[in-house]
Amino acid sequence: MSSIAQKKGFGATLWDYLTTVDHKKIAILYLITGGFFFIVGGIEAMLIRIQLLKPDNDFVAAGLYNEIITMHGTTMIFLAAMPLLFGFMNAAVPLQIGARDVAFPFLNSLGFWMFFFGGIFLNLSWFLGGAPDAGWTSYASLAISSPGHGIDFYALGLQISGGGTLIAGINFLVTIINMRAPGMTYMRMPLFTWTTFVASALILFAFPPLTVGLFLMIFDRMFGANFFDHTMGGNTIIWEHLFWIFGHPEVYILILPAFGIFSEIFSTFSRKRLFGYSAMVFATVLIGFLGFMVWAHHMFTTGMGATANAIFAVATMAIAVPTGVKIFNWLLTMWGGSIKFTTPMLYAVGFIPSFVAGGVTGVMQASAPLDYQLHDSYFIVAHFHYVIVGGVVLGLLAGLHYYWPLMFNTMLNEAMGKITFWLFFLGFHLTFFIQHFLGLLGMPRRVFTYGEDQGWDLFNAISSYGAIFMAAGVIVLVVNIVMTIAKNVPVGRDPWGDGRTLEWAIPQPVPFYNFKQIPLVRGLDTYWIEKQEGNVEGMTYAEPIGDIHMPNNSIIPFIMSLGLFVGAFGALYNGEQPWAIPVLGLGLIITFAAMATRSLKDDLGYHIHKEDLLNEKGGKH
Amino acid sequence: MAHDVHTHVKSNIEFEYARRRAANEMRGQVTTFAIMIFLTLIAFTMVLAGFSAYLVIPFILLLAAIQVVLQLYYFMHMSHKGHETASLFLYSGALIAAITVLTFLTIVWW
Amino acid sequence: MDLNTKYTPHSWPDHPESATLEGKNKFLGFWLFLGGETVLFASLFATYLALKNRGPSGMEFTTQELFELPLVFIMTMLLLTSSLTSVYAMYHMKNYNFKAMQAWLAVTVLLGAAFLGFEIYEFYHYVHLGFTYDQSAFSSAFFTLVGTHGLHVLIGLGWITLLMLRNTKRGFNLYNAPKFYVASLYWHFIDVVWVFIFTVVYLMGVIG
Repeated sequence: MSSIAQKKGFGATLWDYLTTVDHKKIAILYLITGGFFFIVGGIEAMLIRIQLLKPDNDFVAAGLYNEIITMHGTTMIFLAAMPLLFGFMNAAVPLQIGARDVAFPFLNSLGFWMFFFGGIFLNLSWFLGGAPDAGWTSYASLAISSPGHGIDFYALGLQISGGGTLIAGINFLVTIINMRAPGMTYMRMPLFTWTTFVASALILFAFPPLTVGLFLMIFDRMFGANFFDHTMGGNTIIWEHLFWIFGHPEVYILILPAFGIFSEIFSTFSRKRLFGYSAMVFATVLIGFLGFMVWAHHMFTTGMGATANAIFAVATMAIAVPTGVKIFNWLLTMWGGSIKFTTPMLYAVGFIPSFVAGGVTGVMQASAPLDYQLHDSYFIVAHFHYVIVGGVVLGLLAGLHYYWPLMFNTMLNEAMGKITFWLFFLGFHLTFFIQHFLGLLGMPRRVFTYGEDQGWDLFNAISSYGAIFMAAGVIVLVVNIVMTIAKNVPVGRDPWGDGRTLEWAIPQPVPFYNFKQIPLVRGLDTYWIEKQEGNVEGMTYAEPIGDIHMPNNSIIPFIMSLGLFVGAFGALYNGEQPWAIPVLGLGLIITFAAMATRSLKDDLGYHIHKEDLLNEKGGKH
Repeated sequence: MAHDVHTHVKSNIEFEYARRRAANEMRGQVTTFAIMIFLTLIAFTMVLAGFSAYLVIPFILLLAAIQVVLQLYYFMHMSHKGHETASLFLYSGALIAAITVLTFLTIVWW
Repeated sequence: MDLNTKYTPHSWPDHPESATLEGKNKFLGFWLFLGGETVLFASLFATYLALKNRGPSGMEFTTQELFELPLVFIMTMLLLTSSLTSVYAMYHMKNYNFKAMQAWLAVTVLLGAAFLGFEIYEFYHYVHLGFTYDQSAFSSAFFTLVGTHGLHVLIGLGWITLLMLRNTKRGFNLYNAPKFYVASLYWHFIDVVWVFIFTVVYLMGVIG
């Protein structure tokens, strides 16, 4: 098996990506697909803001507006933010811990393709009779009575992509537990690896309740079950609990990796060790644990009773403590550091006040009596956009600029990056800060329009104009990406000059086997230690050069996911089309046949031989 | 790398010892099985005997818990070393499972 | 890892399931999966408990009238015994006795299939009485919880059978040992879930 790069045609490249099990290529797939859905969700957001630009607007009809807000939320959370984070996790985590690949390369590919087909299936609803329209939370009382197939697309699409997420979560857990290089103890792991670890544990326990909830929804809507139909003894509150038992950890699944990215950026560009590393680790784990104990604060007004509300209110407020620990640690990392304001660092610095604002309104809502006033108002919309956009999206944009050279061996233009930051950052505050006041003035969320006499005109107009700045920022980013790809100037190893962790110590472009020799990790920020000691190699090696075992590429994950995609159409049209059940069967047969093929055909991988490794120069692929 | 497997050929004494130890463990497993059957019998008998529900329900839940612990620690070898991470995650799952069930028994009706 | 490495009972490692990195990963990954499954089944149990005996007004089905303990007892014995037989199979894997392991796995599969047969009979019986899937919230929750367990049994049967067939001719190696091991873990987990089903659904159902 030669590892010398050859120029490949388009077909060969496509086939390579369809079958790849290499975490670095899967990272690129996640980045492209997640980026695509981010644009789709962004367009939906713009449509919302155009509709709300002026009172009594008729840009979109009420029904279509419901579909747009539902798809905006669902797309952004499940199909944009999570996959983009998985992209960065795939790109960085195995390299950060000194591994040649993830624990289950095959499952890594399967996880991506399930997400891919689930996302496509969900979005096909636009063309097949209408998108889901019960909000991203899809509360059962709305969802059960929603006509058409929108909700069915939601339930089946999320079921498929959720399965992919669960697989990815288990994969990262095992990778981080079992595949760390010698010397990479738990308390030497970079913060991004730690947050990936905790977020993956949350995925492991949070996605099963969603799976169950979605199945109940599927059975109710397509197979005659009565879980949520109160006339048949059902109970719609079951959905709310299942959804939020998943949904609250989900927001920590999103924010923790973003915290990880910011932690890396703060210490890199302050050129200082992260302040309070062990407190940061402890805070991450504590947030993960508390994240499971607070879900019912989304349901204060459901009528759970004063005792339940009090318990969940106190638990919710407690989360502010570890989060505060993190904020102070980031500030103290910068304190006395030699700060370099690169684009990622700008995002990181901008993130702190934005996220704190979102956190403060969060603690306000944790107070159950006040939540009765704020519930379902624009105050809530403002709050969660402050934590999701001000935390997660800023983290993703920071991560994109920060890890771009690691993934592509080129550097995004810094000047354009800063323009993107300022446009996006100002637009974000312009759009969402004013919405707090819209909420306090009584504007309910999810309304498609409002009257001229309600006094919400000006604030809504300001909010809509802010959104234009955000869109402009994203357009500059896209131009930046296109130009960077077109110019294609390689930057080599450690392009930021201040890399601290192992991923920056690898020669660029990263060889497909990652490490010719597995490194020996000698402390926290191991690359920094080696640089301080003048080690030009950047690593101390734990083993001599030897044969490297690599997994084989496989098309089976693609086919397995395709089967689920096909089968989902059968379930969707059950009882309506004569071909529904046969198609469901066909899809499941494709999937199970692919699984059987996988277990009947040995997949032992192959070895790169020592001689080939020694012949190469600089680990070129 | 860790995919190299170092083969160790056991001497006859080691081999005999390993075999005996495995056989002993297997005898323990059969005992575990007998206890599990016994616990099941008690549970079914208690229900059929028609004692007060307030006595029977906690008792059979306790029996179920014991049986599951036996299954996990003996049949699934969780008592062996090398299961620390596995038990951490299993117990975390069990904790969340317990909270979920508790919720649905208390605050799901309004 | 090399499939051609031939082992003897003397050179076969004490823990063949975790002798390779792939095996260790599989072992840990599967345990984590079981942690997730615990939450999955808990959600189903919780739903069942919330909807137990709930239906349209005038519903004539309750747990007390529906469930028959003798049948449940037989099913419990079948599944418990199959758990022991799969322990025997793993014992023989440790001892490098391939034939004996296959034989015990075959017994496990037969016991599991018998269990599944009884479950299908039970479901058929209920449907025959008019207790169908769409009859009430209670019926939906019952069939979904117990049926999900039954589906796990079915998948387990298919999985173990496939493993046995695939490896009939080639015996043990360090590639298939972890596969057999995690399949047996899965089978035990099915039994763990059943212990809760017979206690919470059937026994507590009969009490009322």
